[in-house]
Amino acid sequence: MKKITLIVLILIINALHSNISFADQKKNIDHITKNLRCLICQGQSVYDSQSDFALSMKKLIRIKIKEGNTEDEIYNFLKEKYGEWIVYEPEVNKNTIFLWGLPLILFIFGGLLIIRKVTIK
Amino acid sequence: MKNNKIFYFIVILIVAIFIVLLLGLKEEKNYSLQPETKKLNNSILLKELYSGKNIFLNDLLLENEINLINIWASWCSPCKAEHPYLINLNERFGINLIGINYKDNLDNSKKFLSDLGNPYDEVLVDSDGTKSIELGAIGVPETYLINNENKIIKKFVGPLDQDDYEDIISLIKK
Repeated sequence: MKKITLIVLILIINALHSNISFADQKKNIDHITKNLRCLICQGQSVYDSQSDFALSMKKLIRIKIKEGNTEDEIYNFLKEKYGEWIVYEPEVNKNTIFLWGLPLILFIFGGLLIIRKVTIK
Repeated sequence: MKNNKIFYFIVILIVAIFIVLLLGLKEEKNYSLQPETKKLNNSILLKELYSGKNIFLNDLLLENEINLINIWASWCSPCKAEHPYLINLNERFGINLIGINYKDNLDNSKKFLSDLGNPYDEVLVDSDGTKSIELGAIGVPETYLINNENKIIKKFVGPLDQDDYEDIISLIKK
């Protein structure tokens, strides 16, 4: 009886674990595909699109995740094939440094102005 | 005096942002092909259409020769339009032509080739489209010219036309 209980317990834990890892994997695929541009669609991400290209891309990402590739490795692989345009979030380089830095500059500058106003009063 | 400085700084900042955004508008917003000097991924494994054997794409490329890879499907009408060019390239110029059958019914693809002629030295099957993505494809038909170092030197998106055909011939003869 004890053995049966143990086996049932192991099976339940195993089922729960695979359910959790499946949900994690699905979440990961969704996260990556939301940041990928569908190259043959009008303003849609791979996540949103049901085109042949997007469906194959989703499948390939699932395979890459199963193979143990990280999110960055997947982005780099796709950027090598399709260029920087494939990702919605541009990486920081000399062409995008202003784009990334500007909000920070404005935030610091705005903050300084507010502090100055408050301290003067 | 200090207030004036802040005012000028803000004005300059706003003008700078405006110029950056204006320049950004002029940039091409559509997907443009990558410069094709990348080495072909050597781990692309596909099934052969007739035998069902697994073959690495790289193993089919002839050394020291220009090779052509064509992605096609029987359901794709532009593929029918470019088919005579592929037949000519293979028969008249003896180019090593590898076909990748994209997301297709195998019986239909075999019928397509028996009806229109088979220009391919080998036909591989990409049943779920993932292998084509590993090549950098966005759909069918697409054709890649591979040089003797297994690098993609030219990519043709869409059906080949007379200009593309002449382009390929001139590259083969180089």
